[in-house]
Amino acid sequence: MIAFLVKRLFHALLVMFVISLIAFAIQENLGDPIQQMVGQSVPESEREALREELGLNDPFFVQYLRFAGNAAQLDFGYSYNFNQPTMEVIARHLPATLELVAAATFLIVFLSVPIGVYSAIKPRAWLSRFFMGVSIVGISIPVFLTAIVLIQLFAIGVSWTPFPADTGWGSWLNGVITTDGGMPAYGRGNPVPVFGTWTTNFATLEGLTYLVLPAISLASIMLPLFIRLIRAEMLEVLQSDYVKFARAKGIPLRRIYFLHALKNTMLPVITVGGVQIGTLVAYTILTETVFQWPGMGLMFLDAIERSDIPLIVAYLMIVGLIFVITNTLVDLIYGLVNPTVKLTGRPA
Amino acid sequence: MNSKKTLLAGLISASVALPAAVMAENTLRMAYDADPVSLDIHEQLSGGILQLSHMTFDPLVRWTDDLQFEPRLASEWEQVDDTHMRMTLREDVTFHSGNAFTAEDVVWTVERLKQSPDFKAIFTPITSVTAIDDHTVEFETEKPYPLLLNLATYIFPLDSEFYSGTDSDGDAKDEIVKNGNSFASSNLSGTGPFTVTERQQGVRMEFARNTDYWDQDSPGNVDRIVMTPISESATRVAALLSGDVDFIAPVPPNDLERVREDEDAKLVTMSGTRIILFHMNQDRVDAFKDPRVRQAFTYAINQDAIADRLMKGFATPAAQFSPEGYAGHVEDLERRYDLEKANQLMAEAGFEDGFEISMMAPNNRYVNDARIAQAVATMLARINVDVDLRTLPKAQYWGEFDDRSADMMMIGWHADTEDSANFHEYLTACQDADSGAGQYNAGSYCNPELDALVAEANLEVDLEKRAEMLQQVEQTLYDEAAFVPLHWQDLAWASAQNVNIEPILNVMNFPYLGDLVIDTE
Repeated sequence: MIAFLVKRLFHALLVMFVISLIAFAIQENLGDPIQQMVGQSVPESEREALREELGLNDPFFVQYLRFAGNAAQLDFGYSYNFNQPTMEVIARHLPATLELVAAATFLIVFLSVPIGVYSAIKPRAWLSRFFMGVSIVGISIPVFLTAIVLIQLFAIGVSWTPFPADTGWGSWLNGVITTDGGMPAYGRGNPVPVFGTWTTNFATLEGLTYLVLPAISLASIMLPLFIRLIRAEMLEVLQSDYVKFARAKGIPLRRIYFLHALKNTMLPVITVGGVQIGTLVAYTILTETVFQWPGMGLMFLDAIERSDIPLIVAYLMIVGLIFVITNTLVDLIYGLVNPTVKLTGRPA
Repeated sequence: MNSKKTLLAGLISASVALPAAVMAENTLRMAYDADPVSLDIHEQLSGGILQLSHMTFDPLVRWTDDLQFEPRLASEWEQVDDTHMRMTLREDVTFHSGNAFTAEDVVWTVERLKQSPDFKAIFTPITSVTAIDDHTVEFETEKPYPLLLNLATYIFPLDSEFYSGTDSDGDAKDEIVKNGNSFASSNLSGTGPFTVTERQQGVRMEFARNTDYWDQDSPGNVDRIVMTPISESATRVAALLSGDVDFIAPVPPNDLERVREDEDAKLVTMSGTRIILFHMNQDRVDAFKDPRVRQAFTYAINQDAIADRLMKGFATPAAQFSPEGYAGHVEDLERRYDLEKANQLMAEAGFEDGFEISMMAPNNRYVNDARIAQAVATMLARINVDVDLRTLPKAQYWGEFDDRSADMMMIGWHADTEDSANFHEYLTACQDADSGAGQYNAGSYCNPELDALVAEANLEVDLEKRAEMLQQVEQTLYDEAAFVPLHWQDLAWASAQNVNIEPILNVMNFPYLGDLVIDTE
């Protein structure tokens, strides 16, 4: 166990080292940060002085060694745009992203498991067919479109009156397809401070309303995938011999489905899920941009637009770290769920 | 809300209404595409910083919406002789810190501006400022300088006492730091209508009305401003239409109709002063040395079509640098779209079969920039010019622009001095690395006579004579087809119906929020 974690720690360091090297190597193509720092009429001589001061004229390896030397002492440089240490900037944006991912994960887990299991147990029920149809549509719609439609329906509101409003049934039908809006369209509102840079939207009802639309649109990418995955796995498990024997033995169906079958269904789901949570962090870039959610994704996009190279490098390294951590957690959980798997790879 | 209110919506409105009742009477919730990069207004010369300056500081004089000067902290001014101007300052003004505003603050501020990398170039004409008494300052220029009042719109006096001394780290408080934190980049004391009460960079910024504001005649009744940057255009518009914010800028052209048709919102548009144009690089393409070829290019481009169809009317088609109201604007310069004439000129120059050129444009800097470039490329195909177009994000584009990487490059330019000479100095003057002239001249057009004429105009204090000179410059640039003008990009703001934004908006895009009136029921 300890050996496993130590190994993973080295993995993390290696990943961060490679990412920083790649990020540094491409910085030439990320644009000129000086351009973003000065007004358009600033003469070239001033720009050159600033470039010299920031050490941007040094050769690649000199710049990288300076960065690596500082990074070894946990100093990851200053953001050009925020004028603050990059890790401080990221620490301030991290809670927003983690909360959004947590809310989306909650939606995914609590919707995909029951829906997936139901449509496996009753594959021919019209409700199952409906869920499958919706999930196909869900997979095909890009997340920014989902987000914009959600904003239009629930934040701005739509008013359609195709039916005659003067009849009872007409105005009722009009009412059904008309929405009021009123949900917040952007940002986090006034999150409640917890400690340090951590502010939360989970503490108040008002805070939660800000989370609803972004979380739904973030979840909309993964939810259909998980429903289909769980359904497919469950269908396969239900065909297996031990389920047939259990049935023959007269064990109650409920016990077969939810104890024996579901447990084995979840094994591949956990593996895929763990990897996908990492991906979810990356997908927040789109969701956060549309909803102007002040998390890391929005910060990263902004950093790219402003050629804020230190912040870009630091963000990529942190995301690499998050991927290593989630994969490690997945392996640990997998070991717990399926004791035949040994973490260190040696036979038991 | 109507009777169709759902339970969820009811819950939400109940939870939102509570804090709303506790809020100050008049709160303006506004969303711009970006928030100011710093609280130090001398750190960067940019639109965002100038907007902040007009909220938290006051200039000596400011522009009215018809480009005249309006007294602010300077109540009167007179030209003593060709090189000296005296300004009388208001006496009843205090800074946010409580310090009194005096002539010393103006002297201190101008000296700091002359240290700022961004401002020092435009402040070089001023050789010295002296305080004659507590409320009179005298500006001295090396030579006669006709644009001193234009410069005075950039002088927002800082609280010299507040910014003097050293901070807890032992750094001077007035230090201008581009990369890193400084006292001035996170602390602010000005004379303006609002004080900064909270700032989370990139997330939100809050302002409160300065209760001791000197301008008692200002109709402004906003007590508190909450400013949120929303960089995504569609979200910014959605935030207004859903009632989450009361004032947004800019409004993207694709959403203009949507905002205009919404009953609860109003839209204000204005013809702007930022010219969008293409340079034709004579160093890279020999054919561009022939004025007939350059003219042929300007005859081939249909500016009206771009402004009408592509920009959906959100642009004013242009035939010159200077927009209306600028000294150098020549009333009767016509756009010259004429395909036959263009082909004829190409034939005369010996290029009836055309040639190949490369073209570059940014794709996220100006409104519809990449699509405009595509349209121009298509139009040039009709005079047999084959265009190899590349569009890039702005972060990468400017590096390529500095390297002059393509035969035709797009640029948009707003004159910091609101003056015609500025266009020529940066965009069409002969290039000179030492003086910075022609810094953005990606066409390598060079006409020393024009440079001399502009230099002369910059010494001419008789504004009418000066205007004639600048108009002559525009005329020559037009005749020689020094560049391909496209249009002036329009400006658009939108607000809730009860927010009276019209009177406080102007073509410089510095809303005078101190004077904003919100109707209360």
